[in-house]
Amino acid sequence: MELATQALNHYLDAFNTFEKSAGGPDWLRELRHAGFARFCETGFPTPHQEDWRFTNVSAIADTSFHLPAKNAALPSHKDLEPYRLPGAACQLVFVNGRFAPSLSLPGKLPEGVKATSLAAQIAENPQEIRGHLGRYLDIQRDPFCALNAAFLEDGAYVHVRRRTVAPEPIYLLFVSTGGSAPAMNHPRNLIVAEESSEVTVIENYVSLGSGVALSNTATELFAGDQAVVSHYMLESEDRHAFNISTLRIQQGRGANTASHSVLLGGALVRNNVHPVLAGEGGECLINGLYIGSGRQHLDNYMLVEHAAPRCASRQFYNGILDDSAHGVFHGRIVVHKDAQKTDAKQTNRNLLLSDNAQVDTKPQLEIYADDVKCTHGATIGQIEETALFYLRSRGIDEISARSMLLGAFAGECLDRMKEGPAKTLVETLIRGALVEVAHPAKVRARQTAS
Amino acid sequence: MSLLEIKNLHAKVGNHEILKGINLTLNAGEVHSIMGPNGSGKSTLAQVLARRETYEVTEGEILYNGEDLLAMKPEEAACEGVFLAFQYPVEIPGITNAYFLRSALNAMRKYRGEDEVDAMDFLPLMREKLKLLDMDERLMNRSVNESFSGGEKKRNEILQMSVLEPKLAILDETDSGLDIDALRIVAQGVNAMRSPDRAILVVTHYQRLLDYIVPDRVHVLVNGVVVRSGGPELALELEDKGYTTMETATSA
Repeated sequence: MELATQALNHYLDAFNTFEKSAGGPDWLRELRHAGFARFCETGFPTPHQEDWRFTNVSAIADTSFHLPAKNAALPSHKDLEPYRLPGAACQLVFVNGRFAPSLSLPGKLPEGVKATSLAAQIAENPQEIRGHLGRYLDIQRDPFCALNAAFLEDGAYVHVRRRTVAPEPIYLLFVSTGGSAPAMNHPRNLIVAEESSEVTVIENYVSLGSGVALSNTATELFAGDQAVVSHYMLESEDRHAFNISTLRIQQGRGANTASHSVLLGGALVRNNVHPVLAGEGGECLINGLYIGSGRQHLDNYMLVEHAAPRCASRQFYNGILDDSAHGVFHGRIVVHKDAQKTDAKQTNRNLLLSDNAQVDTKPQLEIYADDVKCTHGATIGQIEETALFYLRSRGIDEISARSMLLGAFAGECLDRMKEGPAKTLVETLIRGALVEVAHPAKVRARQTAS
Repeated sequence: MSLLEIKNLHAKVGNHEILKGINLTLNAGEVHSIMGPNGSGKSTLAQVLARRETYEVTEGEILYNGEDLLAMKPEEAACEGVFLAFQYPVEIPGITNAYFLRSALNAMRKYRGEDEVDAMDFLPLMREKLKLLDMDERLMNRSVNESFSGGEKKRNEILQMSVLEPKLAILDETDSGLDIDALRIVAQGVNAMRSPDRAILVVTHYQRLLDYIVPDRVHVLVNGVVVRSGGPELALELEDKGYTTMETATSA
């Protein structure tokens, strides 16, 4: 208890300092206060809470994270080269949660499409975002969302005007530079796609340098009536990183959204995807892949709310876990009373590559309407020995055979992405992650161990 | 030198001994058949030859081209020319049949120090073999064996064999579950592979397939040992009298 109080005191100091320097109108200050007040009430979650049963965040609670200094040195353009995305309409770079205009590539956006930093938008025209910012994210349910609200200052703001199509994706690169002391950042992104617009937004989280860092990010995505929005969350940080992210989607009538989460990096990762299908006839695809090795902990928490009739949601998550990695899939579907003719589907498939790898998979259906179709299924298995032998008996060596089988399994996730720069990037990232888990040295170590 | 020499081969799964001293010699250019009742060890022998690690060899040796086959991994044996047509071909979702077969061919070409074949050059080769086996080209763009019919799966095995051109082909109950038309096509595909520098080992429970693929020698396997060997007429005798007489012969 004493420890918990100490931790909260630490955040109280951080908040007081932050609040003095952070700008913005009164309503924004109120949002921050409400967030911090809620966080003080709850503190960090514990595994005693149902939503956090499989994920222990005490490592985060016990670390004294501090906000990065405003004048910290930026990485160079050369440092960022490996993380650039060819084919993107524009590339916004955030270093430790703060927008870095000198590293960003504004590119050429079509008329009616805006991609800027949230801080700049707040300084220039906060009124434009008032109707959306903080409106969807649930700070009551999740202490990390409350904490994100408390430190709300910067992030990305994407706005797509009615009937406007952005053909190329908007790329948001979040760089943690680490350092000697543990650093935290709380980026908030706001994506507003007005009626009948179309846009793809990619968030990619990477590390430069080493050191303990916490990225506690939240994205509010509003998809207006008939809007088509794809969102990618790519976690490629190093093995010292803590990454907690929440994607909160609010979608209108006939809107069609897709959330693709690919968790490959990080030490402790929790990815919350929370779509609310609030307009009739909406569709939502929630597609995910997690590949863990070492002692990684990768938690996928889905809360899909059907709040209007005739909506369809599809969840497909595949996981590959090696060594002592721990994966979690928590898929909760809530069908509200009026959401008749709901069609919700959920599938979670896992491959465990070692005896110490672990996965917890938990479907949870809460249905308050009477005319709905909800299905769920989960599997946990190993690489099939018969399939491996079949490939090897045709001359394909063991490592290549394993890579082929793992690639096919991970490929199911790729098949659900549209062709384009985002998919190409994900393909490259997945290939890199699979080399790791199909590596010869590991196979040999496993054989001698058994 | 014989292509394959099996000497006093013993093998087991767990504590269960299945092969109890097999002796067999196979020369290039020959077709031999191994016949036997269920549980006699036919499939075990086929899988040991393809180097499946599930089976533990406890005694004896296998010389392939004069080399120790038991020291080879499955992929090495395959690259050296050993091919097993599976009794139960494996379904592999997410990998297309064409990609699988080209990967296999290229693995072997790489092993021999030859250039890899790209998708463009592979296509005509594949088409020629598909035609021979009366197979639909669309099967190549589907996942390996996934929702193939029984006959399509078996033909797919023979297709792989004809593309990979092994020195020693082992057909494990390739006839099971085939109707007479499919059986003829499969047999035709196998017969087209007969050549002076290739040996074929046909493992089967029934004599039916041997009407179409006529072997040079027939070996009868009962309870893990070869109880009789003879010419093709031995298969006919088995068809007539069944395995029972041979089983009593061993227990005597």
